[in-house]
Formats: sequence, C-alpha cells, structure tokens
Amino acid sequence: MNPTALSAWIDGIGFIAPGLPDWPTARAVLRSEQALTAAPSILPVPAILPPAERRRASRVVKLTLAIGLEAAAHAGADVATLSTVFAASGADGHNCHALCEQLATDDRQISPTRFHNSVHNAAAGYWGIATHAMAPCQVICAYDASFGAGLLDAIGELLLARQPVLLIAYDSEYPQPLHAKRDTPDCGGVALLLAPEKSERSLAGITVTPTTDAAETLADNGLESLRTSIPALRSLPLLQKLARAEAGPVCLDYLAPMQLAVTVQQC
Amino acid sequence: MTPLLLSSFTATTCLGSGLAATRAALHAGSSGLQPCAFESVELPTWIGEVAAVDAQKLPEMLARYDCRNNRLTQLGLEADDFACAVRAAVGRYGRTRVGVFLGTSTAGILQTELAYRRRDPDSGALPDDFNYRATHNSFSLAEFTRDYFGLEGMAMAISTACSSSAKVFAAAARQLALGSIDAAIVGGVDSLCLTTLYGFASLQLTSQQPCRPYDAARDGISIGEGAAFALLERADRAAPGDILLLGAGESSDAYHMSSPHPEGLGARLAMEAALRSANLAVDAIDYINLHGTSTPANDAAEGKAVAALFADRVPCSSTKGATGHTLGAAGAVEAVICALALRDGFLPGSPGTVNADPQIPLQYLVHGRDGKLRHALSNSFGFGGSNCSLIFGVTP
Repeated sequence: MNPTALSAWIDGIGFIAPGLPDWPTARAVLRSEQALTAAPSILPVPAILPPAERRRASRVVKLTLAIGLEAAAHAGADVATLSTVFAASGADGHNCHALCEQLATDDRQISPTRFHNSVHNAAAGYWGIATHAMAPCQVICAYDASFGAGLLDAIGELLLARQPVLLIAYDSEYPQPLHAKRDTPDCGGVALLLAPEKSERSLAGITVTPTTDAAETLADNGLESLRTSIPALRSLPLLQKLARAEAGPVCLDYLAPMQLAVTVQQC
Repeated sequence: MTPLLLSSFTATTCLGSGLAATRAALHAGSSGLQPCAFESVELPTWIGEVAAVDAQKLPEMLARYDCRNNRLTQLGLEADDFACAVRAAVGRYGRTRVGVFLGTSTAGILQTELAYRRRDPDSGALPDDFNYRATHNSFSLAEFTRDYFGLEGMAMAISTACSSSAKVFAAAARQLALGSIDAAIVGGVDSLCLTTLYGFASLQLTSQQPCRPYDAARDGISIGEGAAFALLERADRAAPGDILLLGAGESSDAYHMSSPHPEGLGARLAMEAALRSANLAVDAIDYINLHGTSTPANDAAEGKAVAALFADRVPCSSTKGATGHTLGAAGAVEAVICALALRDGFLPGSPGTVNADPQIPLQYLVHGRDGKLRHALSNSFGFGGSNCSLIFGVTP
C-alpha cells in the first residue's frame, strides 16, 4: 500500500529546559535574540493539582504539567478533552533510586506511594487526575529516540482519529549512583499540540518521513549540548525552525539507522 | 479499524513455554502458581514464575542485554517458531518495514536492584558490569528485540503499567493503517523483581493464597511473569481459521494513581471504543477475557462496567488464576489466550475461583467449556488509570 503522509499542524508549544523556563524564552534564544544562560530548570508548582497531590508532586509531574498546559493554552485547547502521548526516556529517577536503595537493605517495606509513583506512566496518571481528561493516553519509552517515537505515534493517532493530540516529550535526571550510568543532567521537555487540520491557531505544518541522513545540529554550543544530553530536546532543530518562522526540511535524530526528516510548512 | 492478521503468536508464562503448554493448562483448568520462593524475597504470597528463564544464553553480540527480562524475552521469541515467522516477514518486507512495539512495566529493573547490593563501599558507585540502557531502561526489551532480528525501522516500548502490552496492538495498528510499516512485532515482557513483589505487598494488594479472580472471597493478586508476542500484518493474507485483530479502544480513568474508578467508567469507555473500532455491537461478543486481577476493587469496578454494557449475556473469565498477573505482559498474554479460545472453540475457566461473587452480575465461567466463538474481547487496565480493550475474531 502507499504510505499515508505523516502530516500534522502545530497549534501550540510548551517548553522547559535548563536556562529556558518557557517557550517565549526558548523562542527568543533560538532566534538568537537573546543568549542562553546556564541555569537549572525551573519547575513551577502545579496549581491545577488538588492540594494533597500538589504537595507531593515530583519533578516529572511538575515538568509535564507545566509544558503540557503551556502548549494547550498557546493553542487555546481544552485539556479535559485532549488525547495525550507522553514520551520519556525514563521514569522518576529520584523515586527509582530511593526504591532500589531501600530494597538493597534488610528493611524492604517500601512506601506504597513510592511504588505507585515508580511506574513509567506516573506523570501521565497525574495529568489525568489534574485535567480530568478521559481520552486515550499513551506513554512511550524509546531511550534516546523517545521524542521521535512519541511524534510518530501522536501523528498516527491524530490522522486516524481526526482529533488533536497533545505530545508531551520529557526527561529527568537520576541522582548518583545511577547518574554515572545515565547522565541526563536536568529536567527538560517539549509539548506540541498537534492537530489534523489547519486552523487560525496553527503555527506551522509538519510532514515526517524516514531517512538515514545525519541529524541537524545547532550552531550554539549551549543549545547543542541540550540537544544531545536531554533526549526530548532532540527536537531542538525543529523548534529552531519554528522559532525562526522558516520553512523547509530539517532532520532529527531518531533510532539509528532510522532518522526523521521533518518538512516544515509555514502558515 | 481495518482488520489485521495475527500471522504468528506465542505465549510463555508459568503455565509453560509456548502454545501447547498454555493450551493444555487452559483446557485442564490448571494453575502455574506456586508459593513465592523467588530470589531472596520473603513474602507470604504466591507467584507465577517461568521455569528455566536464567538458563537462557543471549547471543554473544547481544551480551550487554543480559538480564532476567531479556532472557525471558528470548525464551518467548523462540517458542512456537515465532522467531522464524518474524525472519520470514523481514524477508518479505525488509528490515526497515517491520516495527517493534513491546509493553512492559518494569523491564529489567531487577538488574538494578541487584546492582544496588554491589555498590562500591567507599564511593557508592554501581558495579562496572551494570548496563542501565540494555537492562533497566523500559526500552531495553524493544531494543533487544530489534537487534535480535537486525531490524532498522521504528521501535517503541509502551509502559502504562498493566495495560502496556494491550496498548501495543493499538499503536502498531495505527502505523500499519498508515502504511509506515508492513508488519509489527507486538507483545509484552515483564519479569519478577523486588519492586513489584514488595510494592504490591505495600499496597496490601497481594493475596497470601493463589489469587481467586471474581470470587466473593477474593483478597488480592498473585504476581506472575510472562512473554507473549504476535506478528501483525495486513489481513489480505488471512486464511480460514486465522486470528484477526478487529478493534482496539483506549481510555483514561483520570481518577487515582492506584485505584480504579469505582464505577468502572474508564473501563466502560475503553470497551465502547473497542466495539466502535471493530464496528461491532455488544451482541457480537461471545467471550470476554476480563482484567480480573482478583483485588476487591478491580473486579468490582470492572464487573460494573462489563455488566452495564453486556448484562449477563456474555460468558467471561479472568485467566490470572492460571498465569498470575503478568503486569506489563498481561495484555499480550491474554490476547494470545483469546486467540486460542477462538481457534479451539474453548472458553477458559478461572482456576482458583470457587464461588463467583454474587454481587457482580456477570456470566462468570469458574470452569472452562467448549463453545463456538466469533469474537472475543480482552480487557487490560493499569495504574495511572490506563485502560485498553481489544477485540479479536477468527476468519470464517
């Protein structure tokens, strides 16, 4: 059969990375209008969660709520109705470390809350509790290729359901000693509100095709370091094109030897 | 959705490795559960442990993936000539056109748990031989499988706790419908580890006896492990008697991290979505393989949702009393059980269950029986309120 073009419209963007607290800041840096400053990621307190969950919210829960809500607000979308695709290279690293540390002792009576927060879909679960969205929610892991895997599944879902899909790609750090084995430096992520049809909200159109080309890199050393050290930020070359309102092709790292060629169409 | 062919499928659980052992146990109504004697675990619970997992030797080129979860992956892939069917599909379609979609909840986290016992006493460092990416990471089983077959196309792990390996069918079906791939290895692998054994115990969700799904006296789960796979292709190759994936439905509870919606609202949405996806009415379903974990809350909530849609017209059972709850592998294990039910004309019963709960108005099969099936529905629900229902059929 002839493949269907994997095309979507981007209606909203949410973003957090070290030194880049939101999409407007990231956009200005990607447009070279302001310099990237080295600073830890800022994770806002999620006012949307009920007070009990808000107090206990982990870093990945704060990260995903912040970028997901930023993208939905940017697009003027109602989060309660949205299908979501979460893509992450790992779960909550601090929680995982605490569990493994305790299970290595003689007292293995782990906390039930730590246990249910250990699932890869914990952030997605809290997203549902916060937004009351009962729509399908996907949670993917593809290690360093997680952004690409999430993008492919999100576009697949929106093309077949003809409904918008919110892609939330994010990663977080492990503390030592796991950090020595997996050195993601900090929290970071991007959320894209993807729609099947162009609307007055649309920022740009994208079409994704497989390729074996090398991924585009970023000229700024700081940005390039973010691209290679936080898997969700393999999206940065695409985001730079969006920030600069440029059209044309850009190649993103996916799963060697398969890469993703993304053609951007301006509105 | 457009129907898809399960051109090959296999399951490895505590019932045995492959379809013959699985089928024999289901027909006999026997269980593979045993008192827990796994690793150094001291818990008064029963588990479904797969025999001889650690006897599996990974190919030398793939030694970095060595851990219990990937040994179980390999054991599962090699059963029933499934790996041969995959290699034939790779021959037909090419290395870039066969996708990998595998579900898991904990992948090889046991490897990390064991490494934490071997930390350097001075620095606290983990041992040099510990490989996070190839063992612990949720993607490790999918990357191992991709490398095992030398594939070069798309791959992903789906990790939504106990719905993971049901949702892989939906994700693969999307890419097949769009023509991004021509075949998909779908399935799930989860293996025993301390995190889940002590974790479910901490939530007081494990039973001290073999689990009794939908029994009036049910009091918790028995954790199992398993590896189950199917090869999905477009159905133009289907022959009479072949098993088809007809529909998939996904939903979210948006209610609680570790408790189901008490009215089973999310479960009902997933079943309704699967029926719409298959373009079938409720009276077309002849058997339901329930999620049926055997916790008081799950079975009550799921029972309400199933009764609201199907009343007591449809025979249904949970097979977790036979296999244990294989967590992230449960969706794929139970998809294979539905495929066997359709192929054999046999509705499996519920080992362990004695008195089906009279408060749950379903036609619950304590004992298996023969019966002609056209369509079977399988439910899988997970922590975080993640729900998925699949509908399978048999080519007339």
